[in-house]
Amino acid sequence: MTYFRGVIFFMEKLVPAKERLLKSQKNWMNGEVRGKIIVFICAIIMISATIAITIFLGTKGLQSFIKNGVSLIEFLTGKQWNPSDQAKPQYGALPFIFGSFTVTFLAALIAAPLGIGGAIFMTEIAPSWGRKILQPVIELLVGIPSVVYGFIGLTVLVPFIRVHFGGLGFSLLSGMIVLSIMILPTITTIATDAMSSLPKTLREGSYALGATRWQTIRKVLIPAAIPSLLTAIVLGMARAFGEALAVQMVIGNVKTMPHSILDASGTLTTIITLNMGYTTFGSPENNILWSMGLLLLIMSFAFILLIRYLSSRRKI
Amino acid sequence: MVTEMKDYTPNIEVQKENILNVNNLEIFYGEKRAVNGISMDIEENTITALIGPSGCGKSTFLRSINRMNDLIPGAFAKGEIIYEGLNILSNNINVGALRKEIGMVFQKPNPFPKSIYENITHALKFSGLKKKSQLNEIVEESLTKAALWDEVKDRLHESALSLSGGQQQRLCIARTIAMKPTVMLLDEPSSALDPISNAKVEELIVELKNDYSIVIVTHNMQQASRISDKTAFFLNGDLVEFDQTEKIFTNPSVKKTEEYISGRFG
Repeated sequence: MTYFRGVIFFMEKLVPAKERLLKSQKNWMNGEVRGKIIVFICAIIMISATIAITIFLGTKGLQSFIKNGVSLIEFLTGKQWNPSDQAKPQYGALPFIFGSFTVTFLAALIAAPLGIGGAIFMTEIAPSWGRKILQPVIELLVGIPSVVYGFIGLTVLVPFIRVHFGGLGFSLLSGMIVLSIMILPTITTIATDAMSSLPKTLREGSYALGATRWQTIRKVLIPAAIPSLLTAIVLGMARAFGEALAVQMVIGNVKTMPHSILDASGTLTTIITLNMGYTTFGSPENNILWSMGLLLLIMSFAFILLIRYLSSRRKI
Repeated sequence: MVTEMKDYTPNIEVQKENILNVNNLEIFYGEKRAVNGISMDIEENTITALIGPSGCGKSTFLRSINRMNDLIPGAFAKGEIIYEGLNILSNNINVGALRKEIGMVFQKPNPFPKSIYENITHALKFSGLKKKSQLNEIVEESLTKAALWDEVKDRLHESALSLSGGQQQRLCIARTIAMKPTVMLLDEPSSALDPISNAKVEELIVELKNDYSIVIVTHNMQQASRISDKTAFFLNGDLVEFDQTEKIFTNPSVKKTEEYISGRFG
């Protein structure tokens, strides 16, 4: 072997530069190309999986409108949900669309100030010990499975709300509290990254002009980080919008439109998970659930577009 | 280097008042001592240049004058810096108010990601100045003093980040001027700039001497000899020599100073 190598080495010196250095068939199939192919295949699999899911969801989700003749207007604006009625099925999903949006926005309303406040605490107020305590807390919050959140909500939050605020306890309020805790880590983590990636010179500039810490945070740091902070909130909302299990356990899952924050409600995700098992594949009742799934996908695309827009926006 | 000093006019006939008295100042970063007990007097309406190799403590000293070192965890100072009869290193100093009187401009231009106008008014608003006409007046005045007004007067509400590096630095000087400080600390203010911007900033600094006392840290020896009245040479946390700039650059009394300014080390 060594002899063989020596010969090649010896020969390589003899062959002209043209053959040694120019790209050729002989050196084409070495590591470079192999690595390229592996990475390329990974990318293709990811892209095709996403496209396949989108196409599948698209075709299944549109069936109820094309094959079963459900009116899109009724689906989006109707308030009556009765797909299993044999004589006169009704497909109004507005209560669930409303429920999804309401619970998402309310959860963001709680989680955004908390998360951004926590991020500011970790980066500006107590970067050493604050971070040491809050960081693991947040990582723990991420690690808790959603069924546990739901379970805790069901056993602690629902009775608490029933006793102290009235109603069933299963309500928009319980859903929004559980969701806000679930999306808190997302918002806090991204907001912390946004705040700590601000250049140190920006802080110094403000302090050197005699600004206090609070003035610096409020007037310099938050405005400078606002695109990333909004991205953090939208990402949290996207997660809240898609969460099914924990919400399902505390929100009550009724078909009617909620009239107050203490009313039970339903969301797109909870209705899908609850009804998936009771409908036969291909039936109108099943197809309309797919339509709701498609709606969720469209919404998540909308969230992604919003995030892209926010993060690409120039800071003035 | 000596040839460049021809048009230097020494300014020693008038005895100026001291604006800052530094007595036995020591600065620590945790265990490490960065400045070893220095004492010096800084005169008003004078440009005092601090020179020395990297890590010699000159920037640390500069940052202690308006307590910017407070922002560095573990940094603390002993000794005293007397400003108008008060030791500004003591704990009962309102550092916000102090920094309004002792302003600072940094090495890298650091305008806020806001409009040019807001960059100036930013800190004024904190001081309780709300009246629009008054703000406009100060914006024009400070931009004029910073020799930037003519270049930006038509686009005051555009982003400060759209300015060139040199303009950004003059904007940072303007926003410091807007606070009407008595002392301006400049931490290598033109080292990140191209030669033409550098020349403009230098010209501006000399101009500002009439209204403010200026302490400037610089790595550029020519700059120190061109613009400063007094020069302090730092080495390893010690103040090696502090004298009239002309004397430091022509006839230094310490051998180390001579070696440094003639480029033999550092």
